[in-house]
Amino acid sequence: MAVTWRAALVSLLLFGTFIGVWHLATRGGGPVASMDPEYAKLVGATASQGKSAMPGPADVGLKIWQHLKDPFYDRGSNDKGLGIQLAYSIARVMIGYLIAVAVAIPVGFLIGMSPLMSRALDPFIQVLKPISPLAWMPLALYTIKDSSLSSIFVIFICSLWPMLINTAFGVAAVRKEWLNVARTLEVGTFRRAFTIILPAAAPTILTGMRISIGIAWLVIVAAEMLVGGTGIGYFVWNEWNNLSITNVITAILVIGVVGMVLDQVLARATKLVTFPE
Amino acid sequence: MTDKFISIESVSKRFPAAGGGSTTVFEDLWLSMARGEFVCIIGHSGCGKTTVLNILAGLEAPSDGAVIVDNQAIEGPSLDRAVIFQSHALLPWLTVMGNVAYAVASKWRFMNRGDLNRQAQKFIDLVGLTGAEHKRPAELSGGMKQRVGIARTLSIEPKIMLMDEPFSALDALTRGTLQDEVRRICLETGQTAFMITHDVDEAIYLADRVVLMTNGPNAVLAEIVENPLPKERQRNDVHRHPLYYGVRNHIIDFLVSRSKNFADEMAGTNYDRRHVPVVRPGTPQVSATRPASLDSTDGGQARSPMQVVADFPTSSRPSLAQHRA
Repeated sequence: MAVTWRAALVSLLLFGTFIGVWHLATRGGGPVASMDPEYAKLVGATASQGKSAMPGPADVGLKIWQHLKDPFYDRGSNDKGLGIQLAYSIARVMIGYLIAVAVAIPVGFLIGMSPLMSRALDPFIQVLKPISPLAWMPLALYTIKDSSLSSIFVIFICSLWPMLINTAFGVAAVRKEWLNVARTLEVGTFRRAFTIILPAAAPTILTGMRISIGIAWLVIVAAEMLVGGTGIGYFVWNEWNNLSITNVITAILVIGVVGMVLDQVLARATKLVTFPE
Repeated sequence: MTDKFISIESVSKRFPAAGGGSTTVFEDLWLSMARGEFVCIIGHSGCGKTTVLNILAGLEAPSDGAVIVDNQAIEGPSLDRAVIFQSHALLPWLTVMGNVAYAVASKWRFMNRGDLNRQAQKFIDLVGLTGAEHKRPAELSGGMKQRVGIARTLSIEPKIMLMDEPFSALDALTRGTLQDEVRRICLETGQTAFMITHDVDEAIYLADRVVLMTNGPNAVLAEIVENPLPKERQRNDVHRHPLYYGVRNHIIDFLVSRSKNFADEMAGTNYDRRHVPVVRPGTPQVSATRPASLDSTDGGQARSPMQVVADFPTSSRPSLAQHRA
């Protein structure tokens, strides 16, 4: 308890220091020179008032507040609320990820339970696994001919491997004595898979799912920067083109928070299926 | 012998060795057990006791030979032959009730939930775990976990119980209590039991016959020690029985020296793997081939408990020192 409180205090202190340094560093040097207002408008606040080119914490805070106040506005294809953009990204991640779950867990079971399939599929997995998911993008765009579906495919392909490998490992590493219990009780293959192997491998499988959701959330930002249109990745790129660094920083923070939430959900789920012996 | 409930016939087990060829754990092993009999097997680590048990359980296939149970050659594991594992092997995600009910549901696949729980509850009560039904294995002590293992094994009402050092991980007090319970349950239900143990006292207390196995590789069954103690024995005074130390010393002598040099000891005698010598420490006559002669009911109580007689003269047995010389 005491450590928790002290840790929280140190965290708060570090955060305060960071904000303070950020504020000081972006304070700017005051008015430069008196110039014609028309000209000042043209060169911008940085040159005319000595304001820092980097937004300060107050600017970003104000921006976050504006986004929180109205997250779901829609004023055309290039001006949508942060909530809408996030919803697009999360939906894509979820669809691609769930398809990957549906493929990786059964195939992982197969690999884990059958030494033959394990060896037969190993070379494919070894070659496909290290491919950057974005390298699939052109091929996906060419074959699927839909940018949104292509980004879902990229999410699918990047979340597949950690789940597949962890499932296969978890299934293959089920304690022999539990399998022997099943054998002496003459438990059939299907019942054994669902009542012994699945619960025994569940913590490992969920760890794979947790790694996958993390990677999927990393990749969606990059994928949406490429395909454009909607999503938080597109938002970041769009705001970069608008040179709205405040919005870019806001989006970075939001991406971090959503990634943390997704990770924590799976961490909780892992805890639920983990039983000490 | 008329009642050969279990018959291990010329069973061998070989493993491929590292540099080609194979290592023989044991070969041409013969042993039979009667219905309702309690047999303990004693031998040093690595002699292949667990392999024998696994073959009996059907978890491992013999390289040669066969095991016949109830007039049928076994092919793989069966619900008739239940195993109590050394490490209890409980499923940690299930409760005590869940673990026992899992076994019950495996045996009676279409039993309704109520009957299933009643059957499980009956055996949880039997091993004295009433009240702990909804705990998970992690919340139980080592002794309680092993009790759940025993309840799970008994709940499927097997014909044979196979136990691989079931109590070796427990403290002495818990071990004693569980020995009492296993003995009581086996006597009450007429179980046939085969148990691996390292504990000589445990073997003498529980077993009708103690099988002595020599060191591996190429292990053989050296002797079968008939337990001369009366069937109605109590753990608290079994060691006061006049024959107790005769049996105990005989087994310990075997473990200390004879288990290493048994091949030399047998050289030139009529040792026959198929008819392992039967000894009954403390009684004068012993027959290697005709155990029926053991049925003479004098019990041997009047004789010296130290008198160990086999069908080979004890004095001719070369000592360890002589062999090393």
